Amino acid sequence: MSETLAPSSAAPVPAPAGPPSTIRVGLSRAAFETRMFFREKDAVIFTFSFPIVLLVIFGSIFAQELEGTGLNVSQLYVAGLIGSAAMTGFQNLGIGIAGDRDDGTLKRLAGTPMPPAAYFIGKALNTLLVSAVQVAILLAIGVALFELEPPSAPSDWLTFAWVFVLGVLGSSLLGIAASGLPRSAKSASAVIAMPFVVLQFISGVFIPISQLPEWVIRVASFFPLKWMCQGFRSVFLGDGGATLELAKSYELGRVALILGAWVIGGLLLCLTTFRWKSRRDG
Amino acid sequence: MTTTAVKVRGLAKRYGDVQAVGGIDLDIEPGEVFAILGPNGAGKSTTVEILEGYRRRDAGEVSVLGVDPGRPTRAWRSRVGVVLQTANDMTEATVRETVRHFAGYYPNAEDPDEVIEKVGLTEKAGKRVRELSGGQRRRVDVALGVIGRPELLFLDEPTTGFDPEARRRFWELIQGLAHRGTTIVLTTHYLDEAEALADRVAVIAGGRIVAEGEPATLGGRATAKATVRWAGGSLETDTPTRTVRELSERFDGEIPELTVSRPSLEEVYLRLIGG
Repeated sequence: MSETLAPSSAAPVPAPAGPPSTIRVGLSRAAFETRMFFREKDAVIFTFSFPIVLLVIFGSIFAQELEGTGLNVSQLYVAGLIGSAAMTGFQNLGIGIAGDRDDGTLKRLAGTPMPPAAYFIGKALNTLLVSAVQVAILLAIGVALFELEPPSAPSDWLTFAWVFVLGVLGSSLLGIAASGLPRSAKSASAVIAMPFVVLQFISGVFIPISQLPEWVIRVASFFPLKWMCQGFRSVFLGDGGATLELAKSYELGRVALILGAWVIGGLLLCLTTFRWKSRRDG
Repeated sequence: MTTTAVKVRGLAKRYGDVQAVGGIDLDIEPGEVFAILGPNGAGKSTTVEILEGYRRRDAGEVSVLGVDPGRPTRAWRSRVGVVLQTANDMTEATVRETVRHFAGYYPNAEDPDEVIEKVGLTEKAGKRVRELSGGQRRRVDVALGVIGRPELLFLDEPTTGFDPEARRRFWELIQGLAHRGTTIVLTTHYLDEAEALADRVAVIAGGRIVAEGEPATLGGRATAKATVRWAGGSLETDTPTRTVRELSERFDGEIPELTVSRPSLEEVYLRLIGG
């Protein structure tokens, strides 16, 4: 064996090249994470089937007309569930990173020259992809089974795009910050699932926002999900549905402002609270 | 390169009321295999984690490859390999995917397939990490530790839970790395492991180094009284050769069941840590 496994004073290695760029390592992390994600078959099946099952159940139970709009309650659910699919990042990252912290992934990575930002780029891209697939499936089912009309105007798709991207980023960052709350990977799904389910009930996913008490709406207004659902309703229900909103309008300006604030606030929260080590590790 | 690989002066670390490390000095030369021994809670892991850049220190000077590990940089991380004690991560990736992925973190990584071959996993390269035995997993850990051509490799209790044969094979792997000039800092609970691998050992107890030296001479081992045993008797003596000659005359040739022994490293170690 003439190959040296490590540099020594006797056999110096050639002058090292520059370190690989953060973006390149981040893309490599995204590919690696995505491949690992799709290998956990049971998790994949449940991640993608959960919103579909909910949509089919809710869409079938509540099929009545919404008075004076020409819209159907089931269409309301499609918009709401697309909102909660875009928030999957909260759950996936909250639980996934708690797992990475517990099983030694984070500690191992911290011992390598991988730039920390590359880890988050990998998580973000992976989450965008998973959320996009979920939303695409929900859209297809909404169109096929629940008379959902995909928007035709390019401006609606533009709205869809920014609500989706800001919503996924904001809720992912919230998920990354929340991953520090569970004491271990075992408790993570319980700790993370609770706020997610509660948010879905108070943000207009399962129950139309017009039927919620005012104080509940006030609480929901603090979190991104309510605004994501509102943005998606503007895309899929159109002007006819605006009368159902509390403000009699979709308030897109406010949606953008609040989702943008969550992206920035979430980033700050992550930067100040993120731990590479588990609590057990001190 | 004449600078020491690891230089520590007056290292101290306290957790609440507990003084985990209370003033440690260390010098580890480039190319050396250095073992740190000590009971659980003696400050061994804390010391190594400070050297690895995982933990901050309260006091003292520390230099690892000329850099203060309290402020780890990316360039420094590229020169140091870390093999941690326990890891159950990346179970769904294959060995080859994992090693290739980690190679992408380093400016001048080795060829992943060659590293897989060196750690003896070529036949398992396409298997998922989940499907490997404990010993094979540790080999993956070592492969990830050396993929970036580190000048210094930390191994934290690398063979805990191994069967004796797997341990021997693992030792050969580490000896191979040492022969190629990698400086290795090893913590272990196994005295035979330290004896087989290390050029020098330090024993840490109560947050301090209580002995340091070559395994063969640690704690005055080489010059301690030898014990001569034979069928029907034993004698502790400073002059075992003379005793054996006398016995040989007495038995007229072959001495039945003859052994001559100095204190084992384990005996010396247990005395040092006050066990």
